[in-house]
Amino acid sequence: MAYFLQLVFAGIALGCIYALIGLGFSIIFKASEVINFAQGELLLVGAYIVSGGVFVWHLPFLLALVLGIAITVLIGLLFERFLLRRMLGRPPFTLLMMTIGLDIILLTSVIVIWGSQPLPAASPFGVSSGFNLGGVHFATNDLWTIGITVVLCALLFAFFRFTKYGLAMRATALDQEAALAVGINIRRVYALAWGMAAGIATLGGVFLAIGSFTITPTLGSIALLAFPAIILGGLDSVSGAVVGGLVIGLALDLTAGYESNLATVLGAGFHDIMPYLLMILVLLIRPYGLFGSRKVERI
Amino acid sequence: MSVPKKTSAPVADRTRAEAGLPGRALPISRWIVTGIILLAIVLFFVIAGDDWFTIVNNTLIAAIAALALNVLSGYTGQVSLGLAFFMAIGAYTAALLGGTQPTGPLDSQGFALPWIIWLPAAGIVAALVGALVGPTALRLKGFYLGIVTLALVFIGQYLFINLRAVTGGPQGRTFPVPAIGSATFDQQNTFLGLALTSGQQYFLLILPILVLAALFVANVARTRAGRAFRAVRDHEIGAAMMGVNLFEVKMGAFVLSSFLAGIAGALFASYNSYVIPGYWDLTLSIQFIAAIIIGGVASIWGSLLGAAFVFGLPQVIDHFSLLPPPSGNGGLSSGDLNTLIYGALIILFLLFEPNGLIGLVGRFQRTLRASANEKEESSDPAEISDLPFSSNSH
Repeated sequence: MAYFLQLVFAGIALGCIYALIGLGFSIIFKASEVINFAQGELLLVGAYIVSGGVFVWHLPFLLALVLGIAITVLIGLLFERFLLRRMLGRPPFTLLMMTIGLDIILLTSVIVIWGSQPLPAASPFGVSSGFNLGGVHFATNDLWTIGITVVLCALLFAFFRFTKYGLAMRATALDQEAALAVGINIRRVYALAWGMAAGIATLGGVFLAIGSFTITPTLGSIALLAFPAIILGGLDSVSGAVVGGLVIGLALDLTAGYESNLATVLGAGFHDIMPYLLMILVLLIRPYGLFGSRKVERI
Repeated sequence: MSVPKKTSAPVADRTRAEAGLPGRALPISRWIVTGIILLAIVLFFVIAGDDWFTIVNNTLIAAIAALALNVLSGYTGQVSLGLAFFMAIGAYTAALLGGTQPTGPLDSQGFALPWIIWLPAAGIVAALVGALVGPTALRLKGFYLGIVTLALVFIGQYLFINLRAVTGGPQGRTFPVPAIGSATFDQQNTFLGLALTSGQQYFLLILPILVLAALFVANVARTRAGRAFRAVRDHEIGAAMMGVNLFEVKMGAFVLSSFLAGIAGALFASYNSYVIPGYWDLTLSIQFIAAIIIGGVASIWGSLLGAAFVFGLPQVIDHFSLLPPPSGNGGLSSGDLNTLIYGALIILFLLFEPNGLIGLVGRFQRTLRASANEKEESSDPAEISDLPFSSNSH
């Protein structure tokens, strides 16, 4: 039972990381109908700057974190302003490819600047600290991840619900032209979405790095697991991204914990594809995700 | 309509000629181009060294796979990240059918059949898998389809690593080599008094397959099926209202694409003789997407140029580069430089030349023709495109 609870706890923490990454995806998608393939690499850049800041430039953790967020936000804003905005109205495939281009450039830049050797993860607390309760180990990192995710979700909810810009973003997501017609500055909405997503990516990256103790350039590819999470929740649903992230995190951790019982049948690495199988299953039943809105086609 | 798409209808040809676009109106220049290409091929075949054959053969194989992706994504507009998966299916089919029979319990399986069986079978099995996956995948649109095909790549990785008997597990396995009689293509052989190196033999196998594939796709593209592909890409509901069976057309494109990808995968694995499952990953799929974007979406020549650019050029640059090999300690290696260049090129082409290299070629031809016809015709060569050109940026 303790083993099960341990897996559930770790799964929720992992799910929170996917939720953070997924939030980035769905905020951008909601505002501009673009899937940002570079989200994973923004996360990587953020994590590297924070680690580099702490271990190479000897900055205090918080300063490094602010620097990391600032730089990723800047990358997001510049990319949106000078490259993506020129492509508005082009087919989604084209926009997706733009972000893949950015993804490739960011990943290679990280390899050129920091090399492919692992860098220790920067953390304000001991990376392996925590306490035991009833046979379950509560790692400090996991608790922080869950805490930050909850706070961030609450903030985002309040932002979308109560602020002027939150309303503008929701309106833009609902109908771009109508939003434009009532005087919403769509450009500012796009910029805001990219800035928010990039900032959240850095947070996700830092937690992801602490969870695995070190960072390597492959960290960004873990963000790909947020794809099943957002698809599961529905691409255009922000709360769906959170629920999807939690489901994926739990499924992944529980499968990883119990698959050894069936190792002869399943072989190695079954938990890696569990999120994708789950996603396909959901899509078979609901092709627009659990919380996504069915698209109404107009001729 | 962009330049490379050829329509066979005479009316279209007339309007093309009037608009100053290349069509059937200038057969002589076409013969000259064909002649130059043939001459170049023969010259290359006679003088090139082994290194160059390695680069060119790999590029030709990549061109077949780029064609496969272009059928699905370029002509039919279905986003797919799953090309690597179908290439792998082709490769492992070839390995299972053509591989040497196992001598010990730990050896990979193989039935030692001749290449004339395993090569077509690679395409057919990949097409069958495509037909199996298609109905599920093609219910979805746009990004959802893209991400389900992404899932296919990851599920493939899991399967290939665990199905040791066929794939050799994480360490990979050897792949069969085509042979004529007892003359296997991996060593020098003499045919009809001509001594041919391994590279030359493979070249003589791969090039005709590529030409066949290109002709086939070109013919599909300019007939009813191809028009249906493009109609689905440009406006699904519009196409459906004109009587296009969406499911049938998408499935057709999916199966044809999978078939070609399977053939390309088998050829690649065979030519490189040893492949690990990790090779068939997402990066490979993305490289092909880059290839068709840089080369030219929905274009035969675009597929070839794109493959040359993404798969051929980096090897050429590596060959002559003064930059150090990758060290793991950071710093710019030639491989990194290549990757940076191709990442930047994807963005630049999307921004400035959405028709890719082939679009540049077309522009160049039009400029030439316009200066030649300056006095005869005053009608300005209207630029018509499938995509709205940066209408929001001005």
